Amino acid sequence: MNPEATTKTTYRLPIGPIHPALKEPVAFEFEIDGERIVDVDVSLGHIHRSIEWAGMRRNPIQNLYLAERICGICSYCHPMAFALAVERAAGIEVPERADYLRVIQAELERICSHLLWAGVAAHEIGFDSVLFLTWQIREKALDLTEYLTGNRVTKAITMIGGVRRDITKDMHPMIHETMNYFKDNFEKLRHVYLDDKTFKMRSQGVGILTKEDALKLCACGPTTRASGIKKDVRLDQPYFAFGDLDFDYVTPDVLTGEVNGDVYDRIIVRLLEVKQSIELIEQCLDQMPKGDIVSEPKIAKLLATLKKAKGEGIGRMEAPRGEVFHYVKLDGNEYPYCWKVRAPTYSNILPWMPMLRGEQIADIPIVAASTDPCMSCTNRVAIVDTDKKYELNKEELHRLSVEKTRRLMK
Amino acid sequence: MRFSMLSQVFSQMFKKPFTNKFPAKYIPSSTTKFLEDVGAGRAKTIPPVETPPNFRGKIQYDKEKCIGCKLCIKVCPTEAIEYKEKEKKIKIYLARCCFCSQCNDVCPTNCLSMGNEFLLADTDKYSKDLIVE
Repeated sequence: MNPEATTKTTYRLPIGPIHPALKEPVAFEFEIDGERIVDVDVSLGHIHRSIEWAGMRRNPIQNLYLAERICGICSYCHPMAFALAVERAAGIEVPERADYLRVIQAELERICSHLLWAGVAAHEIGFDSVLFLTWQIREKALDLTEYLTGNRVTKAITMIGGVRRDITKDMHPMIHETMNYFKDNFEKLRHVYLDDKTFKMRSQGVGILTKEDALKLCACGPTTRASGIKKDVRLDQPYFAFGDLDFDYVTPDVLTGEVNGDVYDRIIVRLLEVKQSIELIEQCLDQMPKGDIVSEPKIAKLLATLKKAKGEGIGRMEAPRGEVFHYVKLDGNEYPYCWKVRAPTYSNILPWMPMLRGEQIADIPIVAASTDPCMSCTNRVAIVDTDKKYELNKEELHRLSVEKTRRLMK
Repeated sequence: MRFSMLSQVFSQMFKKPFTNKFPAKYIPSSTTKFLEDVGAGRAKTIPPVETPPNFRGKIQYDKEKCIGCKLCIKVCPTEAIEYKEKEKKIKIYLARCCFCSQCNDVCPTNCLSMGNEFLLADTDKYSKDLIVE
């Protein structure tokens, strides 16, 4: 932060490294003038779990399950991006049916993640009845995940060269039933999120990310699409079977005809993407060809192939939050020589700065949550004001946010 | 729209709660005593939600079929499997297991399978229930 910008009238508000509404521990330093945020500084690198290091001491099959534990909500796209990277490095072809099955799982995860986010956003502004409504609908998505993969969260469906479980004909009715349930409830959700006065008050014109800023700061995923940029790995560089499917970029002007880049637009984009995912799953079920689900069913043989493989590969995927990127280098040993992971939130951290500038303290939770960071961390904020020191915890910050909603209601 | 949730909230009041109140309707004042009562048949638990087909629960091990090829040890991501040199059989520590069922897939003789049991909480990670051999 520029020290000259600090005058006697402003004070500094450090938030983090351990903080509410942040996916990973990250330190913010706000410069506050009364209630207004004048400037923001972000510093990263407060959590390091050595997952990549551990991955270089395990074989690629073991790494699939390690990658699954990078994120609890994206527990499908991390191992899948890793598998894509290894497949490219070792030159493994994936059967066509497996590509379609991979799309179904990826879109199901997107539905889960976006509905989870929508509920959290409602909670952040103090609209808890909507949180329960949204998560009740999400429960169906989790039930379907459990039915298709065996578990609710850690799916363990990925295999290098395909997937581990097939979707047979007798599973189709359950999937169609769930998709119809989502369609029936979509209008209800759309009505609550996009027409309700409370949501409009708190989200319209808040946390604006302009198109220029989004491009300049390399934002990704729904955050950047809400600013009107047509950027989606599924369409830009199709992987799996996305090249065969019929869909288009989701930007807020599809619905409202204009792009503001505020929190409201991010809600629109995520809700429309839920609808898009439902359509994609249905398309996949119709078009899915017959065939193998994995290129090498014998895992011992696959391990031997990977042990001999030399080369490097990247895996790019459109995770629910944006582009996830894995780099793997194999050098003819049992374990990978190198593994690098870049999660989407990393790109979406810098856009926080233009979003938060000019907003109020009570807007921090909803604006920070609007890029969909994981809520996995212990939450605490300390305000240091010269010799006076007091703490703002997550509950206090949430209370402030709820109070603002009430104030606006009057 | 100001009260878009109102109709939803009112209709919810007359519906059955979604939550399955497992293991008891209200929190017992003493969990240990409650479990003792259940064991002695004095109290009953509300059963958990049923697991779907192909659920990945506690591992079942068919010792007779095992040929001691060590492939499961090679693929286990959490290194939860120990090899017993003398008997040429394996020992699985469930406290480390991540229930990925990768060992099931790799096993050439299909001696491993995933069961339905998932209530495996224990204070001792080496307790009898958490070791499969």
